Amino acid sequence: MRDIILKAENISKQYRLGLIGTGTISHDLNRWWYRVRGKEDPYLKIGETNDRSRKGDSDYVWALKDINFEVKRGEVLGIIGKNGAGKSTLLKILSKVTSPTTGEIKTKGRIASLLEVGTGFHGEMTGRENIFLNGAILGMTKKEIASKIDEIIAFSGCERYIDTPVKRYSSGMTVRLAFAVAAFLEPEILVIDEVLAVGDAEFQKKAIGKMQDISQGEGRTVLFVSHNMAAVKSLCTRAIVLEHGKTVFEGGVDAAVDFYISEANTIGKKEVVFDKTHRRSGGHENFELIKIVAIKDKTTIRGELKFDLYFNVKEDYAQNICITGSICGIDDTRIGSFFSSSVKVKRGENIIELNINNHNLSVGVYYLNIALSSGRIEDSNLEMLDHAYQAIAFEIFQLESDGDYISKWNKGWGNLFFPSEIIIKR
Amino acid sequence: MNKHETDDWLYTISPRKGVLNLNFKEIWAYRDLLLLFVKRDVITLYKQTILGPLWYFIQPLFTSVIFTLVFNNIAEIKTGDGVPPFLFNLAGISAWNYFSACLNGTSDTFKKNQGIFGKVYFPRVIMPMSTVVSNLIQFGIQFLVFICFYLYFVFFTDAALQTTINSTVLLLPVLVCIMALLGLGFGMIISSMTTKYRDLSFLVTFGVQLLMYGSAVMYPLSLIETKVIEGTIPEWVGHLISYNPMTTVIELFRHMMLNVGDFSVGKLIYAAFVSIAVFLLGLIVFNKTERQFIDTV
Repeated sequence: MRDIILKAENISKQYRLGLIGTGTISHDLNRWWYRVRGKEDPYLKIGETNDRSRKGDSDYVWALKDINFEVKRGEVLGIIGKNGAGKSTLLKILSKVTSPTTGEIKTKGRIASLLEVGTGFHGEMTGRENIFLNGAILGMTKKEIASKIDEIIAFSGCERYIDTPVKRYSSGMTVRLAFAVAAFLEPEILVIDEVLAVGDAEFQKKAIGKMQDISQGEGRTVLFVSHNMAAVKSLCTRAIVLEHGKTVFEGGVDAAVDFYISEANTIGKKEVVFDKTHRRSGGHENFELIKIVAIKDKTTIRGELKFDLYFNVKEDYAQNICITGSICGIDDTRIGSFFSSSVKVKRGENIIELNINNHNLSVGVYYLNIALSSGRIEDSNLEMLDHAYQAIAFEIFQLESDGDYISKWNKGWGNLFFPSEIIIKR
Repeated sequence: MNKHETDDWLYTISPRKGVLNLNFKEIWAYRDLLLLFVKRDVITLYKQTILGPLWYFIQPLFTSVIFTLVFNNIAEIKTGDGVPPFLFNLAGISAWNYFSACLNGTSDTFKKNQGIFGKVYFPRVIMPMSTVVSNLIQFGIQFLVFICFYLYFVFFTDAALQTTINSTVLLLPVLVCIMALLGLGFGMIISSMTTKYRDLSFLVTFGVQLLMYGSAVMYPLSLIETKVIEGTIPEWVGHLISYNPMTTVIELFRHMMLNVGDFSVGKLIYAAFVSIAVFLLGLIVFNKTERQFIDTV
């Protein structure tokens, strides 16, 4: 029986919205006046759940509200949730960067955090000097670092540049170096936030492997926050799902990821209106994807996917446009892509029906990424005008009537069903 | 079993700790970090400058020349028999520069390090402490410049016949500590107060400049005393200047190096006491701020 190394009890964190500086003196004085009279802080009572999209009445919000969890020694706990669900706030409290408004966290080990890599890196200093500085910032002593420096350099794969100032490094190299330092830290608990987003595939693999070693081989505990469901699934044993500052799910990682995909996201939604969270970069100013509507809400392996796509064109546009996109699994793996033929658009709102036939997707949940591009795919000079990342989620069901399909699809078989036939030749 | 478990916690993260929760053990554990920050400051200071460390002696030299012209040649302030005014000013400025560098360097600790403080935890006080230590290098260089001019005046001119180093020079390290603690203490108080209300940061630069005029940098304290007796300066101004701990420090420094002004153990103890009090107050305020500042900065 492994013991509990970290225990969070009723962690809450309150933030004040709006501009800090206006009215803070009056609030401070008010707070002080209540305290002098021995009363409770008046601003702790108000505050509402943290829903980014809804306008609230109060200036104070709870970024986290009554979070409770326990982590066992050697466990890798994933923390997942939408943007603004409170993940980073929780990590900040865990790494002592900020203190909770109420509640407490008890721990039996040192906590080191890797909230953003390269903290304290100084561009003018060499890689080697930065390893020492960064290591010390993360809580190692000079002696500890000196005894591991060769391993750290080897792991980072930056031997050749190690005596060059870090400002000459590529961003990938900086991340490698920073991750290498953190990976050789020896805290009992390591807190990691979205580091694996950078670095090439080879390094990501190396990093995930190292984190598995850390947790399994060396018995250290890792708290891992990421949007990359594939990484969460391959690393974590257990996960908690946060939504609006509250824990909405706690349990095994597979169940948690499924919960997150289905609850916090858009599965089963017939209509998704796009906002900033769907976009990873700015598009063309005259084109804007507005929403996507699923025409068929239940789709089977043999069925077809049908969507209506709404978009706005603000100016007359002579060129043809086309719709492209890809279908992704819930762990962000890309399954395939499609490219429509090109069509003319008119000024104002356009509605395009998108049909994907013979998709052969197996039972499960998938995302659709959509892009609106100008040009023709045949000329291979597509220019993206707007896009919606994870535009809509849909689920493929199995119908009883699909007699020739396997009755229960095993996820280990993959995401595609290949129609096949055999012919007896002899 | 249950009891054993609760006793086992290494530490607890909770909303509020006591005001006097100064974790010296933790600061000691991070001493390597302090040295590495000092090393970083030293390595990166002169990157991309042409004159490099020369800047350290250009500034005090020019200031001393101007002070000598304005205060000694034009305003005819007497610096005492056998003490060249230039040397007198240079001594005051060298000492003052260390204090003001410490104060200025630490007074924006929270603002300057917002990025790093927002990501990792280490005892925040390491940052201002490292500034104070790396400023010692600046002080060392300026002190060396002073010694060079000192030797020049003593051996190659007749202007400094009575200028001898006093035996109290052995107390110089104590004096440097007092300056460091004063600068650090005030710097920590100011940096803590500016996290929420930025107004104070505007005051620092010119406040330090004004304070210099009240710290006997370019005139001897004895001059103020005679002026108070004459009645040209109101008594409260005289008190303000003579009870200013930096006045004491600069007077003592000149006494050690140039044998002007008077020296008393009482004054040294007074300055030491004030500096320790300011430092402790700074530490308390800083400690209180460091837990909340990331939400307000």
